[in-house]
Amino acid sequence: MEATAPSLAHIHRIGLKTIMRREFGRILRIWGQTLLPPAVTATLYFIIFGSLIGRRIGPMGGYDYMQYIAPGLIMMAVITNSYGNVVSSFFGAKFGKHIEELLVAPLPNWLIVIGYITGGVIRGLLVGTVVTCVALFFTHIPVENPLLVAGSVLLTSVVFALGGFFNAIFAKNFDQISWFPTFILTPMIYLGGVFYSVSLLPEWAQRLSYANPILYMVNAFRHGFLGTSDVNVGLAFAIMTAFAIAMFTLVVTLMNRGTGIRE
Amino acid sequence: MKALSIRGLTKTYGNGVQALRGIDLDVQEGDFFALLGPNGAGKTTIIGIIVSLVTKSGGNVEVFGYDIDRALAHAKSCIGLVPQEINFNQFEKVFTIIVNQAGFYGIPRRLALERAERYLRQLQLWDKRDQIARSLSGGMKRRLMIARALVHEPRLLILDEPTAGVDIEIRRSMWAFLRGINEQGTTIILTTHYLEEAESLCRNIAIIDGGRIIENDSMAGVIRKLSHETFVLNLRCAIAGPPPLPGYVSRMTDDHTLEVEVSKEQSLNDIFARLTQGGFEVASMRNKVNRLEELFMRLVENRGAASGQRG
Repeated sequence: MEATAPSLAHIHRIGLKTIMRREFGRILRIWGQTLLPPAVTATLYFIIFGSLIGRRIGPMGGYDYMQYIAPGLIMMAVITNSYGNVVSSFFGAKFGKHIEELLVAPLPNWLIVIGYITGGVIRGLLVGTVVTCVALFFTHIPVENPLLVAGSVLLTSVVFALGGFFNAIFAKNFDQISWFPTFILTPMIYLGGVFYSVSLLPEWAQRLSYANPILYMVNAFRHGFLGTSDVNVGLAFAIMTAFAIAMFTLVVTLMNRGTGIRE
Repeated sequence: MKALSIRGLTKTYGNGVQALRGIDLDVQEGDFFALLGPNGAGKTTIIGIIVSLVTKSGGNVEVFGYDIDRALAHAKSCIGLVPQEINFNQFEKVFTIIVNQAGFYGIPRRLALERAERYLRQLQLWDKRDQIARSLSGGMKRRLMIARALVHEPRLLILDEPTAGVDIEIRRSMWAFLRGINEQGTTIILTTHYLEEAESLCRNIAIIDGGRIIENDSMAGVIRKLSHETFVLNLRCAIAGPPPLPGYVSRMTDDHTLEVEVSKEQSLNDIFARLTQGGFEVASMRNKVNRLEELFMRLVENRGAASGQRG
């Protein structure tokens, strides 16, 4: 005969709230590392690419160059911060061994993943808001379709937060959490249509660009603001959703196997 | 009811090391149980498997009737763990660490705040509540881990060398605290290198070596199995050589101190009678080493010799 079972649903609800609260607290506690740098970087981008160089480039997609790159710069900040938050928080927990606090608790792995991912999404959205405020200081950004804006930023943030989690699972040292963002993620973002329309590229480069998922995310987001896109927005959402589901399944499976966290 | 039931537990690590070779172990509800063994014996692996930090290779583990293969979350809810190594976020505040841990076990925030205060006060850490955990001393960090393990009020508290590196005064206050927790009904499993600690606190004991249980009995029963004890007698006056004690193995370690080995069949009364007869006055007496330590060393040595013969 087993003892009276505590309500797992109740434990899950409070456990998830606690992880989310802890992650949010971490973002605010180290605001000098999380919220301030994107504001500085975005300001520099808008001054250099938007104001100084942008004036000589002329309109793109029917908009000022500054207006054209604004959604891409916001999305760039969302991607790097969603990824960076989860990879550093989860790897930090592994490195400091305090991940064990969660592993010994009666919380399922999928819930732990959701907690960390929510932290990444919160930071992505906070930073996205900060960069949007900076952008509005330099230019006017119209909003054609708010739902499209919200949907694309949310899905992108989830995908890259999961990417950060995946990286942290396998990382064994701090070099391994900076390798992917430096050598893979940053080039993909820069070549993902943040600063230009892919229609400007030669045929072979355009084809190559269409293999880059970030191109779809940036363009879906830009379409929400400006109503202009290099890709089919429906396809972009299908790709983002597929990535989110596949990454979540993969990460939870790895956690259930104990990869990188259990002996 | 059994707080813990382990059957045929095995663990082979990826590098081929067989850490556990078929462990059977029961701990009754309310017990204060010692799990002892030399370094690398498998104690921490057993604990790791119970709390799911280590994946077992075979066997079954039940915590208060909850099988960790079928009802892991329920089993985990019953357990509080104080691990060997510091494993809290050293950059978080003491109070936050405790409150968060309560949340991970589904304790509502208001109750978590109350309990955090209660346990931090009981473990003399309340005035440190707003400090970053990294700034605490070693003893305070150990106490913080005990407070953290208790905040969801587990039925089974597992302490993996909780007093390692802690000074004797704090160690004794921790003993008193743990006795109190046990008296209130919490089952406690303790691993420690301080055998005096195990003998003083625990009612039952298992000794593990080479991934196998080599002794599992009540503490009194285990102590009774000790065939020899070595006593240190401090003599009132200095003497040149050992007093005549035929039938006993004795030696002088200095001109005031006599060591005598006493077997189960021999008696201290006999030794005192002979010393008195010879005009030697004993000022004080103590065990040379803790009795459990003596037994532990003999068991492990015997096992080492046996495996040496086998090899």
